[in-house]
Amino acid sequence: MLYAQILINGLVLGGLYACIAVGFSLVWGVLNVINILHGTFVVLGSYIAYFCYVHLGIHPFLSIIVSGGILFVLGFLVQAGLINRVMGAPVLTTLVLTFGLELLLNNGILLAFSADYRTVQLANPLGSTIIGGLVFPLERVVATALALGLTVLLYVMLAKSRIGRAIVAVRMDAEAAALMGVNVKRIYAVTFGVGALMAGAAGSLLAIVFPISPLNSTEFLGIAFVVCVLGGLGSVAGAMVGGLALGVIESFGALFIGPEHGLTIAFTLLILLLIFRPTGIMGRRGYE
Amino acid sequence: MTRVLPVVLVIALVAALPLLGDNYLLRLGTMGAMYAVMALSWNVIGGFAGYPSFATAAFFGLGAYTGAILQGAGVYMPLAWVAACLAAALFAGLLGLAILHLKGHYFAIASLVVAEVLLEITTSWTSLTGGGMGLNLPILRISVDAQARLFFWAMLALASLTLAMNWIVANHRLGFGLRCIRQNEDASGMVGINTTLYKVIAFILSAVFVGGAGALYASWVFYIEPPDVFATLTSVKPIVMALLGGAGTVLGPVIGAVLFLVMEELVWRNLLEIHAAALGILIVILIFFLPGGVLGLFKRRRKPAAPSRPLASAEAGR
Amino acid sequence: MTAILSLDNVTQRFGGLTALDAVSLDIAPGEVVGLIGPNGAGKTTLVNMVSGVYKPSTGTITFDGKRIDGLKSYQIARLGVARTYQVVQPFPEMTVLENVMSPATFAAGNLGVEAAQEKALEALRFCGLDEQAQMRASELTLAGRKRLELAKSLAMDPKVLLLDEVNAGLNPAEIDLALDLIRRISAKGVTIVIIEHLMKVVMNLCSRIVVLHHGAKIAEGTPAEVTSDPHVIEAYLGNRYARKQAGEAKEGADG
Ligand SMILES: Nc1ncnc2c1ncn2[C@@H]1O[C@H](COP(=O)(O)OP(=O)(O)O)[C@@H](O)[C@H]1O
Ligand SMILES: [Mg+2]
Repeated sequence: MLYAQILINGLVLGGLYACIAVGFSLVWGVLNVINILHGTFVVLGSYIAYFCYVHLGIHPFLSIIVSGGILFVLGFLVQAGLINRVMGAPVLTTLVLTFGLELLLNNGILLAFSADYRTVQLANPLGSTIIGGLVFPLERVVATALALGLTVLLYVMLAKSRIGRAIVAVRMDAEAAALMGVNVKRIYAVTFGVGALMAGAAGSLLAIVFPISPLNSTEFLGIAFVVCVLGGLGSVAGAMVGGLALGVIESFGALFIGPEHGLTIAFTLLILLLIFRPTGIMGRRGYE
Repeated sequence: MTRVLPVVLVIALVAALPLLGDNYLLRLGTMGAMYAVMALSWNVIGGFAGYPSFATAAFFGLGAYTGAILQGAGVYMPLAWVAACLAAALFAGLLGLAILHLKGHYFAIASLVVAEVLLEITTSWTSLTGGGMGLNLPILRISVDAQARLFFWAMLALASLTLAMNWIVANHRLGFGLRCIRQNEDASGMVGINTTLYKVIAFILSAVFVGGAGALYASWVFYIEPPDVFATLTSVKPIVMALLGGAGTVLGPVIGAVLFLVMEELVWRNLLEIHAAALGILIVILIFFLPGGVLGLFKRRRKPAAPSRPLASAEAGR
Repeated sequence: MTAILSLDNVTQRFGGLTALDAVSLDIAPGEVVGLIGPNGAGKTTLVNMVSGVYKPSTGTITFDGKRIDGLKSYQIARLGVARTYQVVQPFPEMTVLENVMSPATFAAGNLGVEAAQEKALEALRFCGLDEQAQMRASELTLAGRKRLELAKSLAMDPKVLLLDEVNAGLNPAEIDLALDLIRRISAKGVTIVIIEHLMKVVMNLCSRIVVLHHGAKIAEGTPAEVTSDPHVIEAYLGNRYARKQAGEAKEGADG
């Protein structure tokens, strides 16, 4: 019974992790850029949700539209204005550049909102329900369902929409896509925007679960790393599997080793995986 | 030799800094020498071999804790420093064997995360490291001025050693082999380079003196705690310094370290709350306006390198 | 005469694909062997295996009496097996001279800088590239980069040289120069395996030809034998044409 409960907690957490990571994975896969900004994008999404709730009374489940929209624009501009100029440069260049942008943005948030932790205190919380002896914290369950729903939506968007197909084409072979008339730089910017959008939406959902602070960005970025390596880079399904796996591993790790070691376990796992199986548990796949 | 002499003269001049009797300047000098050690060390793996290592913080923290723990156990201070060098080198050797087969981003992430794991281990292993409370080092029984001089000279000596190491590597077949690896690793094997061995050696060289610098730093400030010595910024700053001066050159990282220190003191000390943002702006400017670093300005302007898509994998994939 | 390079039942699989299927091959010292076959036949894979890029799934490779399958590429290079790439692989930011110095430094014994430079210059002169010695490798023309590949492998003092489509993309005049160069390399006593699509080149250079098709060795013999082999004609031109040819040959014999 205890294990079943822990499994549920892990899955609930893992859905949110998948949502955090899927945008990061998309950007890495399509642009070959590791976006160090990603963690701060998530934090920014959380702040937007916070202010939407406190000042406008918009529930975080709804403010994913606001935070996702704002972050899409931000991400699009960052890529179109800055990162696009160094595409194709050595890995180190884009890494250091996004690191610098992360320092800037995170410092900005810190100045604006301070490092104090804030929490969204819902006026009418759903509470939790008990089914067959297992506790389901409803806010978290709905947040996870929404997170997984968004991830599936992204999958469908990539498979079905015109722009999604263009993104997949650029991922497979940018040169060929350019020959077929795709504006590759635009697609890069859109992809980066979509990655940021997913981060912002995840941030909104996380606002109900975790206290909000700019200091959290490193942890979110770390989660994105681990999920990508765990699920294999570059597929929505991989991020989903990786996220759920990480959530479950963390819950059980907290039980057996101690709750304060969650991230350590994840990082140790990450290094071991990179050493022994760099293609992830599902093997390398594209955005089919 | 004609190029070595001026450098030796400059080092000698800097070594005379204590004559001015200004302890603030000495503190800056010690910091600058420490930065030079880190930037020059990173240069071997990142500049020569082209592997984007973010492991500097891991080596630095490991060295700091090795030195601090040994000194706490009564080991003679200079011996503790040497032991810290060795510990970092050994760690880098093993880590290198494990992760240097990774390429590009995968290598970067693995090296970045190592410091985080060490940070967590250090924080949890309270019995050995004092955990999150940090660790105090034995107080030296000499005057404050004498201490300032001692640590300045020690750090400067370490920086000179690291500079000499870079110079030797650059002029040795190791440096030649590393440059080949940076430009085309597959072809490097075909021309007879033992790429695994060379990369591991480069990784060890990028760690050994950083470990020493960590131990010196611990002795110098008397107190260390995990987030201080394992900070991610400790991995990023040396990269920025090397890029600032000119990565892959011998003098570039030193120039970068000095410039970085000056900027840090002039600009950021007065604007403490935007310290990180200022570094961010510096990075953005560096990437867009100074891609070859300061030394790159003096060289013949080179055409931008073609997008470095590895040809071999393109061939294999067809 | 014992073979200098021999493959015994070598198979290479990539996932479900069998790129090379139980290929056996003996190459005598001093020979110039042509390796031909349609695109995707497994020719490059064979070179990659001999030079240590991949370890064969099964089978053994012997060079100069020593098993080399499973060795790393730098070890095989140091033993005296050089290869060129179908897609040229220079060190782009280095000069042409530095490019050629790299194998001289690392593969051809423990040479110091001066000796390596001497050896590199000699290889450059041999390949007619000495004028371009101080150019950056990325600034060479395609023909120049192909010759650079040759110079690099010569500077290793190879016993066996594997040439993967060194003439692809060259114009007729450049091909004639390359042909002459390969002949002079062979005259130095270097054993050569050459992958080539141009029959003119193969017929001109090779004493023996090996044909690969779908990863299997389907024919082997003198140029004349191989070009009249129905299996080979079938592999290249499809079987309708092969039957027609066979029919004509029969008519000719009857008449
Ligand atoms: N690294 C690899 N992974 C998967 N398949 C490969 C790899 N290298 C070659 N192949 C496949 O093996 C077959 C033979 O390829 P190759 O040796 O390059 O042919 P050739 O040089 O004769 O044109 C092809 O079908 C190719 O796609
Ligand atoms: Mg081929």
